[in-house]
Amino acid sequence: MKTPSAKTGRGAGSPKRAQTGNSPAAGIDPQALVRMYRQMLRIRKFEERCYQVYLQRKIGGFCHIYSGQEAVAVGMIDPLGPEDYVITAYRDHGQAIARGMSMRAAMAELYGKATGCSRGKGGSMHFFDVPGHFMGGHGIVGAHIPLACGIGWGIKHRGKGGVCLCFFGDGAMNQGAVHEGLNLASLYKLPVVFVCENNGYAMGTAVSRGAAEEHIYLRANSYKMPTRRVEGNNLFEVYEATQEAVRRAREDHQPAFLEAVTYRFRGHSMSDPGSYRTRDEVEAHKSRDPIGQVVQHLEKNRILDAAGIERIESEVDAEVEDAVKFSEDSPQPDLDSAYEDVYVNYPADIRQRR
Amino acid sequence: MAEIEFRKALNMAIDEELARDPDVFVIGEEVAEYDGAYKVTRGLLAKYGARRVVDAPISEGGFCGLGIGAAMLGMRPVVELMTFSFSLVAMDQILNNAAKIRYMSGGQVRLPVTFRGPGGVVHQLGATHSNATESIFAHTPGLKVVACSTPENAKGLLKSAIRDDDPVIFLESELLYALKGEVPDDPEFLLPLHKGRVVREGSDVTLVAWSKRVHQAMEAADRLAADGIRAEVLDLISLRPLDQDLILKSFRKTNRLVTVEEGWSFCGIGASIADIVQRQAFDFMDAPVERVTLEEVPMPYNEAMEYHVQPSVEKIVKAARRVLYRDVKESTDGR
Repeated sequence: MKTPSAKTGRGAGSPKRAQTGNSPAAGIDPQALVRMYRQMLRIRKFEERCYQVYLQRKIGGFCHIYSGQEAVAVGMIDPLGPEDYVITAYRDHGQAIARGMSMRAAMAELYGKATGCSRGKGGSMHFFDVPGHFMGGHGIVGAHIPLACGIGWGIKHRGKGGVCLCFFGDGAMNQGAVHEGLNLASLYKLPVVFVCENNGYAMGTAVSRGAAEEHIYLRANSYKMPTRRVEGNNLFEVYEATQEAVRRAREDHQPAFLEAVTYRFRGHSMSDPGSYRTRDEVEAHKSRDPIGQVVQHLEKNRILDAAGIERIESEVDAEVEDAVKFSEDSPQPDLDSAYEDVYVNYPADIRQRR
Repeated sequence: MAEIEFRKALNMAIDEELARDPDVFVIGEEVAEYDGAYKVTRGLLAKYGARRVVDAPISEGGFCGLGIGAAMLGMRPVVELMTFSFSLVAMDQILNNAAKIRYMSGGQVRLPVTFRGPGGVVHQLGATHSNATESIFAHTPGLKVVACSTPENAKGLLKSAIRDDDPVIFLESELLYALKGEVPDDPEFLLPLHKGRVVREGSDVTLVAWSKRVHQAMEAADRLAADGIRAEVLDLISLRPLDQDLILKSFRKTNRLVTVEEGWSFCGIGASIADIVQRQAFDFMDAPVERVTLEEVPMPYNEAMEYHVQPSVEKIVKAARRVLYRDVKESTDGR
């Protein structure tokens, strides 16, 4: 892979969009484009509904909204097969849905219900769908990167094929666990594709305020794996870069590192005062909405017409409402289930505090 | 049955489990080409190759996390920590990831990973290399904590730990590695992880210890016997869960209890044992529980100071005499 010379995203002055995918899009099957458009829209509408129900105090705790970054999750997860694995950090709703988690299981988890993907014990930051090879939502910044190496180890040595796609944010690049993981993955030639979603800010700290070398992919270069920086809001570019990285990880058993430059439309979490970035900056990014770019492409190339776009929108709206209703109607977990799932086998009674 | 060194018993356990299950692999610092910092993994690289016996860089957070991730896929990693003092570097991986991922996923994953290595104080290594970490791990739901004390139980327990479907903290002791004892050759020799044992029967006072302190407690029991005091010595083995039945049965017989631990007193395992005893056998108490622990200081380097602040045979004997009201003039707690 080439090392692009694009300028890095300083928090505020995130880079200009690379040429809006004409060439990369050309190779993507129109059906795949429609599928990915639908996925992006599902994530956006799910997240915006989360925002609403959070304000209604239906869900608690921390809640990190993915809106604005959909092209990264969808463009990277769509090329994967069922044998592959996905693991991510705490802003995990988008990846979970892109990987196939139902909106019902996702929303019910936010409601803390027994029908949630983690039986109401994980919450927003700890979504899991292990049968679907979605290996979590992880709450501690950077702590899941070594886990991704272990998943890569298991893939490689159990001979079942596949790759592990490991997402994390720009803030994680300053954590030791990330660098330990990158080193191990390269040292042991593990089939892990690392994806740094650089949305410009680690909580409220712009990349340039947190990293001595703010070109994130350059830091990964020192681990002797192919690195590439992509315009993360351009679905086509993301998709193409991922296909290449995944193919190499799969065939050559070696890791790769992708930096996807993107932007979150909402705050870091629901309690973000937003004082570290201007309204103008946010609006400028919203005008380059990754979903809008895909819609433009679909219409321009007559893959979908206005009616087709509208039909998908209303289907997704209905799905989101169904997920909310399902979550509202779902039972609260039995309090006794708090004592379950601590161990596979525990030879003492946990209720007796033993 | 053969008489072998403690480290060889551990080596046998790993060797047999590597042979038995292709999902087992060993990873850690110097475990392969160097044959193990303490030679526990000697010869395993030559026998099983670099895919199964894996040298890791000095990167505890990294390779502990790798082990946990591989366990998420069903592998059975045996992660060697050169000493459990270095586990402090990997605490987030062990306490947050190994201990909680099963729970946070609503039971979707099993984490059959074993973290093993020597724990506690050795000899004049100073404060950073002398940590007794068991109370930290035993404090955390999601982990099982086991301490072996003889070559025989080292083998039987490590094999059970590797086969267990939950994360196990497996504590050894560098000072025991050269200890010799009879060890069954049977590759199916397994000991339960949650059971302690009575090492010596007695009726006057119960001494509770684990790992190398069991041997000190036994020496103390010999000295007490010379004064006609019959001490019962328990080897807890399992620190999470605690074998409460064993402790309570003994206490109901002796009515007096001394706990011995290598860690600090405050928030120590002995405190939990005292809590269990006062709640569940209050009517059987003839004296307050005595705890012999490390003094509340970082481990000093100086040899005499190092000895002075640790539990010792003398301190155990004195504590036992105190709970028997034999030395009432001595009132210094735990000394």
